[in-house]
Amino acid sequence: MAPSFELVIKPRSGWQPIDWKEVILHRELLGFLIWRDIKIRYRQTLLVGLWAVLQPLVAMLIFTFVFNRLAGVHSDGPPYPLFAFAGLAPWTFFSNSVSTSSNSLVANQQLVSKIYFPRVFIPLGSIAALLVDLCFSLVLLFGLMIKYHWSLTYHALLLPIFVAAAFLSASGIGLALSAFNVSFRDIKYTVPFLIQMGLFVTPVIYPLHYIPARLQPLVGLNPMAGVVLGFRSALLGSPADWGLIRLSLLMSVVLFIGGLLIFRRMESRFADVI
Amino acid sequence: MEPIVEFRNLSKEYVLGSAMRRGRHENFRELLLRNLKAPFQVLARRQPDLVREERFWALRDITFDVNPGDVVGIMGRNGAGKSTLLKIMSRITDPSEGHIKIRGRLASLLEVGTGFHPELTGRENIFLNGAILGMRKTEIISKFDEIVAFSEVERFLDTPVKHYSSGMYVRLAFAVAAHLNPEILVVDEVLAVGDMAFQKKCLGKMNEVSQGGRTVLFVSHNMVAVENLCHRGIVLSHGKLTFDGNAKEAINFYLHSVSGEGSHGHIIDLASARRGPLRRPRLLQKMEFYTDGNTPMKGNILMGAALKIRVHFPLSEPVDNFQIGIGFNDMFDQRVLTVHSCFEPDRSHGKRVGPQVFVCDIPSLTLVPGGYTLRIWMDIGVDEVDLVNDAARIQVVESDFYGTGRAPWNGTFVLKHRWYIEQGNEASPSSLDPISIPRVIPPV
Repeated sequence: MAPSFELVIKPRSGWQPIDWKEVILHRELLGFLIWRDIKIRYRQTLLVGLWAVLQPLVAMLIFTFVFNRLAGVHSDGPPYPLFAFAGLAPWTFFSNSVSTSSNSLVANQQLVSKIYFPRVFIPLGSIAALLVDLCFSLVLLFGLMIKYHWSLTYHALLLPIFVAAAFLSASGIGLALSAFNVSFRDIKYTVPFLIQMGLFVTPVIYPLHYIPARLQPLVGLNPMAGVVLGFRSALLGSPADWGLIRLSLLMSVVLFIGGLLIFRRMESRFADVI
Repeated sequence: MEPIVEFRNLSKEYVLGSAMRRGRHENFRELLLRNLKAPFQVLARRQPDLVREERFWALRDITFDVNPGDVVGIMGRNGAGKSTLLKIMSRITDPSEGHIKIRGRLASLLEVGTGFHPELTGRENIFLNGAILGMRKTEIISKFDEIVAFSEVERFLDTPVKHYSSGMYVRLAFAVAAHLNPEILVVDEVLAVGDMAFQKKCLGKMNEVSQGGRTVLFVSHNMVAVENLCHRGIVLSHGKLTFDGNAKEAINFYLHSVSGEGSHGHIIDLASARRGPLRRPRLLQKMEFYTDGNTPMKGNILMGAALKIRVHFPLSEPVDNFQIGIGFNDMFDQRVLTVHSCFEPDRSHGKRVGPQVFVCDIPSLTLVPGGYTLRIWMDIGVDEVDLVNDAARIQVVESDFYGTGRAPWNGTFVLKHRWYIEQGNEASPSSLDPISIPRVIPPV
């Protein structure tokens, strides 16, 4: 019997490269894990897909009331509800992704301690499953655009780039936090706090020009700022600072690679510590 | 032949949180707290204070080869390193030193039903679990009907498994695992689940797998299963490989090493043992235990194995009417067996004087598995001259007494017996030995 392949198991330490061969070998499992997460989430909730859109929708209504009506915050063009929802849709995806994925390894302890497969599948799969929610929100956004007679332009073709950037940012943070969460369960308590802070430092509920001009370059360091601005520009035709968005997109790639490296470095200890 | 799996100086070291044992998460609390105080120390290179932590070798210098087609049973006490070995082989955790070279597709089964989700239906879980165990989607589809048939849960295939009974759950889980088709299969204790009938089925399937020329590494506490399935046995003790040889010898070695670590040696000093309040000469000096092949028995004996007890005592004047009795009491202190020299018809040794060794030979000790306390006494004529109440404790360990892979779960002792269907006038099959009816022993 000719061996189908030869494998050497030996100690590893320090930084690990991504083992693409392994990822490709187990790609079907990634599909199954995503499919599992989607199934489970939509099976037990009565409101099914509604839940996915309810969260940004209710947030949009509250923010419209509080910030637009009470505090007098205005959008950079489109009606405020549309403006807020176009920002809240990717933001909700991001915040749910970060909180779900950071807890994903611990939630899947059984898998981590009993079976081998590339561990990155667990946080990445949990985030990929949330893309379904984002699609539902986008459908609602299109509905709102019809309601407000706001037309879509060919700029919408850029949307996949920003969805990808949102995915990369959420994954970068999710990968790192999930790895830390294995050893330090306190991560669970700090994540909601961090996400809440993030909402206010990202121009989700206010337009970019509310930020003093000298601080604006710093906004570009926030990968989600580019995503939110990009969503608005692509869908609503809001004015965009492309230099800032480019920097922000670059940051999301950097964040993803950084998260992946941290994850790979800590990976070998997961089963021993979890 | 090139070995299919090579273990070379494999070692695994765990860092302990203070003096606690490894493994459980709570025990890492102290380690966590310390790390939380300086989280960046961990991110950076290991700091000196981490290096000074207590360390523990779960495995040390394990070297052996597994050839294609080998079915290897891995035995050892809890904490001997068996699970660590399997975890390294399954790539769940990394070794600290050494390496394993694996030449072939390996599937590991450290638990049945890994990744089963209660909300998903039986059908969905078959696919998910199959994928988790490393099957391709096409492979699962092609074996789907077989898996369902084996699991016997056809009717509930579209019911979420949270509504399954535990038996159904386990059957479905094992069914998926049983249809894995790797070149090397690594199995941990999975047979300790399900009802007897299903366990039998699992053992049968395992047997089929091992007969099919597959390479299997099997970790178990179930000596019956090891004896049945494996032709080679490996014993781990405190992280080291202490025995590597044929399965039967490995089981014996394991049992002896276990008893050696726990109870007593195979020689028991009776001279200094506690006696009752009556002052009698301490005639009984010592007793020695041996099992199959005259190997010393240090407290653990396989069910159905031979037991030889050598009793040492001196005789101050020439006598021939000395008797030795040994009683076996179970854990409820009920006498389950008495062996006595008065039952020996051939007492042609004549009058004897000086140190004696009286040997009791039990060709097959058929008590059911469990712990027994031995009482030994000596009579000369009608006088009981010595008695040691709690002379020794032995542990009868399950073995494949019936040759079916099934251990008795009830009763006090086992005996060979047969079952058959009587068909018309054909009566009993010819191979059945006539049952000899014991003579009625006249009252003394």
